[in-house]
Amino acid sequence: MQIFTKPNYNFIRWRWHAIALSVLVIAAGVAFMWSKGGMPLGIDFKGGTIIILKFQQAVSEDRVRAALETMPGEKVVQQYGAASANEILVRLPQTVQREEDALLDRDVKTATDALRAAKIGTFEVIGTEVVGPVIGAQLQRKGVLATLFSILGITVYIAFRFRPSFAAGAIVATFHDILVTLAFLAFFGYDLSLNVVAALLTITGYSVNDTIVVFDRVRENFRSMRRDSLEHVVNVSVNQTLGRTVITAGTTLLAVLSLYLFGGEVLEPFAFTMIVGIISGTYSTVFIAAAIAIILSRQREQARVPAPAAKNGKPRAS
Amino acid sequence: MDKNLRWRAIAVLAVVAISIWGFYPPDKKVRLGLDLQGGVHLVLRVQTDDALRLDTETTMEQLQEAVEAKGLTGLTVAGVDPTRFKVDGIPEGQDGAFREAAVDVETRFNRESGTGGSYGFVMKPNLIVQLREDAVEQALQTIERRVNELGVAEPIVARTGAAGDQIMVQLPGVKDPQRAKDIIRSTALLELKLVEDGPAGTREQLLQSRNGVLPGNMEVVPGVSDTGAPGDRAETVYYMVRKVAAVTGRDLRNAKPTLDETNRPAVSFSLNTDGARKFGKATGENIGRRLAIILDGRVQSAPVIEGRIFDEGRISGVFSQQEVQDLSLILRSGALPASLTYLEERTVGPSLGAESIRSGVTAALGGLVLVVVFMLLYYRLSGVNAIVSMVINLVVLLAAMSYFDATMTLPGIAGFILTIGMGVDSNVLIFERIKEELAGQKGVKQAIAAGFDRVFLTILDTHVASLIAAAFLFQFGTGPIRGFATTLSIGLLSNVFTAVFVSRTMFELVLSRRRASALSI
Repeated sequence: MQIFTKPNYNFIRWRWHAIALSVLVIAAGVAFMWSKGGMPLGIDFKGGTIIILKFQQAVSEDRVRAALETMPGEKVVQQYGAASANEILVRLPQTVQREEDALLDRDVKTATDALRAAKIGTFEVIGTEVVGPVIGAQLQRKGVLATLFSILGITVYIAFRFRPSFAAGAIVATFHDILVTLAFLAFFGYDLSLNVVAALLTITGYSVNDTIVVFDRVRENFRSMRRDSLEHVVNVSVNQTLGRTVITAGTTLLAVLSLYLFGGEVLEPFAFTMIVGIISGTYSTVFIAAAIAIILSRQREQARVPAPAAKNGKPRAS
Repeated sequence: MDKNLRWRAIAVLAVVAISIWGFYPPDKKVRLGLDLQGGVHLVLRVQTDDALRLDTETTMEQLQEAVEAKGLTGLTVAGVDPTRFKVDGIPEGQDGAFREAAVDVETRFNRESGTGGSYGFVMKPNLIVQLREDAVEQALQTIERRVNELGVAEPIVARTGAAGDQIMVQLPGVKDPQRAKDIIRSTALLELKLVEDGPAGTREQLLQSRNGVLPGNMEVVPGVSDTGAPGDRAETVYYMVRKVAAVTGRDLRNAKPTLDETNRPAVSFSLNTDGARKFGKATGENIGRRLAIILDGRVQSAPVIEGRIFDEGRISGVFSQQEVQDLSLILRSGALPASLTYLEERTVGPSLGAESIRSGVTAALGGLVLVVVFMLLYYRLSGVNAIVSMVINLVVLLAAMSYFDATMTLPGIAGFILTIGMGVDSNVLIFERIKEELAGQKGVKQAIAAGFDRVFLTILDTHVASLIAAAFLFQFGTGPIRGFATTLSIGLLSNVFTAVFVSRTMFELVLSRRRASALSI
């Protein structure tokens, strides 16, 4: 079976359109986040309390919400897991401002007391998460640093293995994927949590994979297609690897889709992030990475005559 | 079959056999994280300022004594912050005498140049570092002892945080998180002090006989009125006690639950030699007076000393059986050098963990089925090759995890699922290349050889890039996320082996048995 038989699409011709589309999506994402007052952070980064309750009978979220009426701040009450499980997740904002307030878990007590007093049903606390302000700030810093350093590490590696303009292309593509993914996370109302950041970091490693495959092919084709223009070589390479690019994204997507559907509440945001990241990664490999590499190579050629193509002893055909 | 190929086939089988032996039976060999088996994850900060403050206060008392010994009067010594204090009102012309008295102090504190008969003292920086380090280390050891006494299987107690003053505690399978939290955090500072006056209903009543002035060597400590009858409403009373303790928890040798004369739960303790000597002296000289048993700044009971006691004592109060047990545990494990605050706590009930295992396994199987079906449909017989090498990849991954004693977490299962999806990536890369080579009119054997050879560097590049990301992920993450980074990294490494070595060996094995003119790919 073959998805693409001898594909010959002119991807490079569409590079400016692709860049425009990506900029549009990212700008919309930024604008959306701006209007919401920043990227919504989960309790891992913002601090706060999560309580997971298991009721013995079905209880409506509204009644739980009503029982917690008196507690300060914006609360989230939602069904957790399958509807038949009668499990409710309650999320409370950070109320402990100083770490010296030794009672980090006091909101858990207040909330469970309020729920017991409301007599809406017997329940059991099956899980709690309380993150204080110190850890939140610490994790924020670590998350940002880890993301930046892994991108930096990958850049250095690619710059070492390929020409610098290609490394730049790969890095722009990686940033592109992270920003697009963040935009979609915002559109679909996901909070930034530890798991989501883990997914974002995985995407930095994954999205650059496709790009490396294309660049490897470009490097190989440079040897056999000496007379052709950079654009042509890149376009041929993208087409030659298109089947692989789409299929590998496809198999990973199948696995992550299963994670999204069956992996449960905890992993759902992770799986969503991966799904968006994989799609964006494939798109950016085909349209963005190569385009940036070409644009940057061209600028260097203009700045430095004779052009690299000339080192093959032939003038560039354009 | 050529010799080389036979050896490769044997190597593959050996790796598979060793791997299966390595993780079988999986429920014993693969360690589950807290999020899967349930338990408590805590991060505490040691308030090392407490240790500094204590040292500064001790030094202030020392200085006061030294100054008095020199016959200087009218000075005030006051604390400024945990590492600073200042001395005011040094009489004119007595500066030299004061500085002589402060010589000892200056081995630990820097004296700041003062004006008008006052000096500031600041703790030396290396002493600050030393004291903080000691406090954290001591707290860590104390917590370890307490956790071990709780009877938790495979607890983890480790230092974390950039400043090194945080302690992470993981207690798998703990049933009563609140009790564990209380036990870990209680300072458990036991002090036995002679009572000078009291009990009295209020602080003011206590000071009445002394015209409202508390003598310098005394302090007022609150406590519970010891009515004796259980169920009585306990009222707060105040005792005036000597500041210097006769014996502290440092001198304890052991503590265990017992009953007092009215059959109420109590804690009996015994003292070490040094403590027994001090205790014997204090009790022998003060028969007929009361001795306050103070725990964390509260008088638990204040029995009358009836005779000279050396090394045995009892703490009685209004305790439940459980409280008595916990208190003996805490006393045995020693006092914390500084107070602790909780920064983060996550508890996972066993039912939630089981739910996570269920959904994780379902998702993994679902992903496996989807990928297998796709590979079979798209690559037909060659798809079988990819599937076998993927399964071997998973087997090696499991074995490596149990060998490194790595923890399987819920995100770790996600890493597993990603390994399924991304593992076939390399196979796809190779197969697509083989297809291209076949299209280029090459023979099957040559096409396979070219396919594997040409993409090897590409596979190396992609795996290195992913490993770089996974390494930073490991650095960044705590608990569950580290589990993810671990599975992902090991999965990537074993994938290079299975996709390149195992898969190629299988192709060549099949080809060595029959001359194929077409490849099912």
